[in-house]
Amino acid sequence: MDVIIENLPLYWEGFLRTLFLSAVSGIIALILGTLLAAARVSPVAALRGFSTVYVEILRNTPLTIAFFFSAIVLPRIGVKFEQFEVAAIIALSTYTAAFIAEAVRSGVNSVPVGQAEAARSIGMKFGQVLSLIILPQALRTVIPPLINILIALVKNSSVAGAFFVLELFGYGRQLANANGDAVITVLLGTAFFYLLITVPLGILANTVERKVAIAR
Amino acid sequence: MSSVLYDVPGPKARRISLIASIIGGLLILGLLAWVVMTLAQQGIFDARRWQIFTRTDVWRLLGNGLVATLSAAALAAVIAFPLGLLMCLLRISDAAAIRVPMRVILEFLRGMPVVLMMLFILLGFGTSAFFAVVAGLVLYNAAVFAEIIRAGIQSLPKGQREAGLAIGLTSYKSRMLIELPQAIRRMMPSLVAQMVVLLKDTSLGYIVAYGELLRAVQVMADFLGTQFLFPVFFVAAAIYIAINISVSRLAVWIERRGSKKAAGGTAKAEPDVLEAAAP
Repeated sequence: MDVIIENLPLYWEGFLRTLFLSAVSGIIALILGTLLAAARVSPVAALRGFSTVYVEILRNTPLTIAFFFSAIVLPRIGVKFEQFEVAAIIALSTYTAAFIAEAVRSGVNSVPVGQAEAARSIGMKFGQVLSLIILPQALRTVIPPLINILIALVKNSSVAGAFFVLELFGYGRQLANANGDAVITVLLGTAFFYLLITVPLGILANTVERKVAIAR
Repeated sequence: MSSVLYDVPGPKARRISLIASIIGGLLILGLLAWVVMTLAQQGIFDARRWQIFTRTDVWRLLGNGLVATLSAAALAAVIAFPLGLLMCLLRISDAAAIRVPMRVILEFLRGMPVVLMMLFILLGFGTSAFFAVVAGLVLYNAAVFAEIIRAGIQSLPKGQREAGLAIGLTSYKSRMLIELPQAIRRMMPSLVAQMVVLLKDTSLGYIVAYGELLRAVQVMADFLGTQFLFPVFFVAAAIYIAINISVSRLAVWIERRGSKKAAGGTAKAEPDVLEAAAP
């Protein structure tokens, strides 16, 4: 227990960095994912094709490979980052965007057909149908799965710790190596900080799910 | 190609779409060309760098990495599924003394990063890297399997269990004989999808120094020289992604097959319509 209290500032710094990584990647992934989902249902074949290929490849790429690519391979072939956080954010957001795109697309499919028909029959164009009628309803129904994806994102950000970013997992590993006699305590402390983010988010997802289910 | 979201495109819209597609395609091609040019400037395409793939020991190392990846994934999946089943039964037990602690354990396991669990087992119990990877994957995925199966059981009509109990089955027998077979069949797509996640997560073994595919790449780059990093990484990533895509396709195939069965052959619905109907 003493180890945790002594190193509380380190834990706190790691915790904040984990939050920062997750928040920034989450926002980028939400925007990118929604755009990809919109491209997936658009009338332009090239956009559909691009979105399909992107989602299919990124969803089947292990996150470690994505990290290895952005943090180790990219710098070797000339793309240099000032900070490794940038590499981590690139890997996390491009990876998560594929999952968000799939979730949003399933939300688009769950909106009753009559909504789009009504919108079109009053003369709306595709862009208007999608942005004014379909997406607001679709995003609402997919909030619980989106929160689950964001929970996974928070947990996935731990991989950054192995690629030169000192966030919660990175500090946990450092402390575990420095305090060989209290490894279990140190790592349980790290786990506690992760649960501090994931458990409330999980409860939020459940509550929202129940609310949406009633509203439907 | 028609969709409820837009009118069937007329000649003008088709022309615009075609032009947009060509411009988009050219942009992507341009981007690819730029990437290739940049890589070529770094000398990535020197034949010398790719010649290492004519050496059998390079392929043997990659093969060893692949075997290590697949064996960890297979072993973890084989153990995780029965364990998940057990956890699920405990989680929905009638006795609160079993149900509540199990719920806490499941929340704990699901809320923790897998890689942290692997490191915990590796350092905390001083095990081998292989054991740490498998145990980490087992604990996490068993918890997820338990939740998936539980969702499947809860999605069954109440009458199933009531009928089971009414004909005199014990609670346990009703679960095993009536509910679980239906729940597992119903959740098959999610279960297979989780298997893909499990396979993907094997790559986390890289972080705890387990000699899987990505670690083999790193070892080769250290051993042969960093100029070979890109070719070896490229091949290894392609292998990884190809395997994952095949397993994902299997999941989609199982889902299609399942939904056809559910439709009972009464109505010939297009796959697209089926997907649109089910949220």
